[in-house]
Amino acid sequence: MRLDPIELGSFWMPKQSSTIAEEIDTAYYIVYWLDVVMFVALMGALAYFMYKYKRRGPKDKLSDVTHSTTLEISWTIIPTILVIGLFFVGLKGWMKAMVAPGNALEIRTTAEMYMWTFTYPNGNVSVNELVVPKGQPVKLIMSSKDVLHSFFVPEFRVKQDVVPGMYTTVWFEATENRDTILFCTEYCGVGHSDMMAKVLVLDKPEYDQWQETGLKPGEKPLPPAELGKKLYATRSCNTCHSLDGSRIQGPTFKGVFGRTEQIADGSSVKVDENYIRESLLEPNKKVVQGYPAVMPTYKGLLKETDIDAIIAYLKTVQ
Amino acid sequence: MANTATVDELGHAPEVRGKNYLNQTAGVWSWLTTVDHKRIGIMYLVSVLVGFGLGGIFALLVRLELLTAKKTIMDATQYNQAFTLHGAAMVFLFIIPSIPASLGNFFLPLMIGAKDVAFPKLNLLSLYLFWIGAIFMLAAIVTGGVDTGWTFYVPYASGVSTTSVISATFGVFVMGFSSILTGLNFIVTLHKLRAPGMSWYRMPLFLWSLYATSIIQVLATPVLGITLLLLIFERAFHIGIFDPTLGGDPVLFQHFFWFYSHPAVYIMILPGMGVATEILSTHSKRRVFGYKAIAFSSVAIALVSFLVWGHHMFVSGQSELSSAIFSFLTFFVAIPSGVKMFNWLGTLWGGSIRFTVPMLYGIAFLFLFAIGGLTGLFLGTLSVDLHLHDTYFVVAHFHYVMMGSTAIAFFGGLHHWWPKMTGKMYDEKLARVGFALTFIGFNWTFFTQFILGTRGMPRRYYNYLDQFQPLHAFSTYGSWVLGTGFLITFICLARSLKTGAPAPANPWDSTTLEWQTASPPITENFEKAPIVTLDAYERPAEETA
Repeated sequence: MRLDPIELGSFWMPKQSSTIAEEIDTAYYIVYWLDVVMFVALMGALAYFMYKYKRRGPKDKLSDVTHSTTLEISWTIIPTILVIGLFFVGLKGWMKAMVAPGNALEIRTTAEMYMWTFTYPNGNVSVNELVVPKGQPVKLIMSSKDVLHSFFVPEFRVKQDVVPGMYTTVWFEATENRDTILFCTEYCGVGHSDMMAKVLVLDKPEYDQWQETGLKPGEKPLPPAELGKKLYATRSCNTCHSLDGSRIQGPTFKGVFGRTEQIADGSSVKVDENYIRESLLEPNKKVVQGYPAVMPTYKGLLKETDIDAIIAYLKTVQ
Repeated sequence: MANTATVDELGHAPEVRGKNYLNQTAGVWSWLTTVDHKRIGIMYLVSVLVGFGLGGIFALLVRLELLTAKKTIMDATQYNQAFTLHGAAMVFLFIIPSIPASLGNFFLPLMIGAKDVAFPKLNLLSLYLFWIGAIFMLAAIVTGGVDTGWTFYVPYASGVSTTSVISATFGVFVMGFSSILTGLNFIVTLHKLRAPGMSWYRMPLFLWSLYATSIIQVLATPVLGITLLLLIFERAFHIGIFDPTLGGDPVLFQHFFWFYSHPAVYIMILPGMGVATEILSTHSKRRVFGYKAIAFSSVAIALVSFLVWGHHMFVSGQSELSSAIFSFLTFFVAIPSGVKMFNWLGTLWGGSIRFTVPMLYGIAFLFLFAIGGLTGLFLGTLSVDLHLHDTYFVVAHFHYVMMGSTAIAFFGGLHHWWPKMTGKMYDEKLARVGFALTFIGFNWTFFTQFILGTRGMPRRYYNYLDQFQPLHAFSTYGSWVLGTGFLITFICLARSLKTGAPAPANPWDSTTLEWQTASPPITENFEKAPIVTLDAYERPAEETA
């Protein structure tokens, strides 16, 4: 059975897969138990009064006590002390979450409608998949190409909006080998709920190997058409291009290879290897008529072998 | 206070028997041109109930769509419009005007023994502005919908969305003026038109809550108006204010927006608290415990509400120091809210509690507001908010406050004052069934969402992970029970209008002034101007002896 992308650690919370998670959960449970005690006390009093002072008849004796200064001062001061305490509980974890350790691995993160792009220190790029080493602090330097997005990994308990026109950062240190998920949590339009990425936590040697060869543990190089099929999903081609002939944002891939397409400027083009290559690298140069020119460029995001693989795959989609 | 010898059992003095504000004049035109605060209140009441129905239909559609993890009944574009319109209709067409403009308009002058509000014509203008704004919002729905969320975050709303953002935001802009003018009218009325003997500390606490609300409406709403106008300028004329590609700052929009919209949360909840106070006192036949504490806590909430907007923005990219300061200040909202809670319980203590329909809503309010308030502590705690922000936990929290507290108080107030407004009683049994289904359905729907939220389910998601499907489906089933509860309540009230027994002047044996005149009241409110000799909620000596 496939495990859920977010594994549960308790009834309420996901598994704790980062160093900050435990701190945040501790704060959560402090508030939780304070709330439970308060709620039970308040509702206990309510239930008791509802029973004790239920109307028996018109002759019910009514209390004429209209206030009690002692009570009122105590139920102002005690909650004040409690909530100031909570503030510091929250502040402690917050400070830890806001300041990344100096030795953090920096990964440049770009959000756009509707995908995540991660650029690693050695220039490697991954799309909709964040691969990080276990046991090393990772700092993401994030920006958005269009609207607001937000980076959220439930198992890491970290969240930070990604804002166009500025950099925001978030850091975490993964403590478990995980294959979990990151969400966009700031509403960004029609594809908002599909703007997820996989988060893969690997041991350091395996992470290094992936950086080197693009191969994850247990993976062998794929035949081109199969690699292309994988890229179709992992690089979000499927968000806009269907395989079954239905129209999404872009033209369907069903029978695309060899088809003659009408271009927006009135000319026509036969879909061959060069047109596919050009459409990946300069997608808005020859847009098929009737479709919006919204495809982002994959220049720098796909290796030569990846482009070959996609071409090989598209030949098989009939 | 009232001289019972000269009035009949409906509260009518002999010379005006049968005449009241409803039948004084007849015809649609007499309603559209009325300056009677009671008729204006009734027209607001009908309008906000229509808004509630509209928002409710979108709510049920949203929940139905979320029954399954992928497409259930609509596509992503329609879903985004549905949740936007649900939020916008509920906030701007229902909750903000709900209690102040309908029950407040009707009862504020009555409760201080006045003939009308200070500026009756301005009051009618408020209603017309509300309708005009509502028409722009409805026009937005018809001409392409809105898909930005009710918060209109930029740059999506200013530059990317292709829907009718301008029409919707302009509608909200116009409705803002309605809100400002109503607030202004209430402030002046409370200052200038109190009956002889009606000192500030003799006013029913509902009026203190309306006073605090009005202050916020007058001070905060202009900021929303300016913000939305800037958004419209940016969208229509590409003047760079919020959009970074034009040189603007998207975080600035959030500051502007929440500078209004956080105080607006208290525009929504304070009147509900006031209604709950009236209900709890009347139906337990008990003077309110800690009158001044409740009165001043309303004002304190109004003031603190202006200093906490940044708690909506802990992860927005605002500075860490700002977030820490806003978190600290936010916790101080908990204190006056707690004071109110304790005083409400103190009011029940030593009373004679009747479990009438309004009282059931009053008790439900205490239960739901306790959950809504206490879960706010999670979100104010900085580190915990990192995990919970923009998840279903937030959705559940604010529904407990907005719907569980404000809407429940509104429906409690509606049942409490229904006999006074319409002159008709309703079927208690049917009203109880409506209440019970609403209460059960509400908790069923929204408590589930706390669990979804802590487990990591983000807000505003059309598709979601399969692992969340059972809880989502469970929540959707609850929404059907909730919807049925409201449907039964509406049927019950509609039937009361047709076949309800005539209401006596003071069916709940209440002490406040609005019950000392006929049900329904005459156009001038009182036969002769009342003179107040007792404290708020105080009973004449012979009754308590």
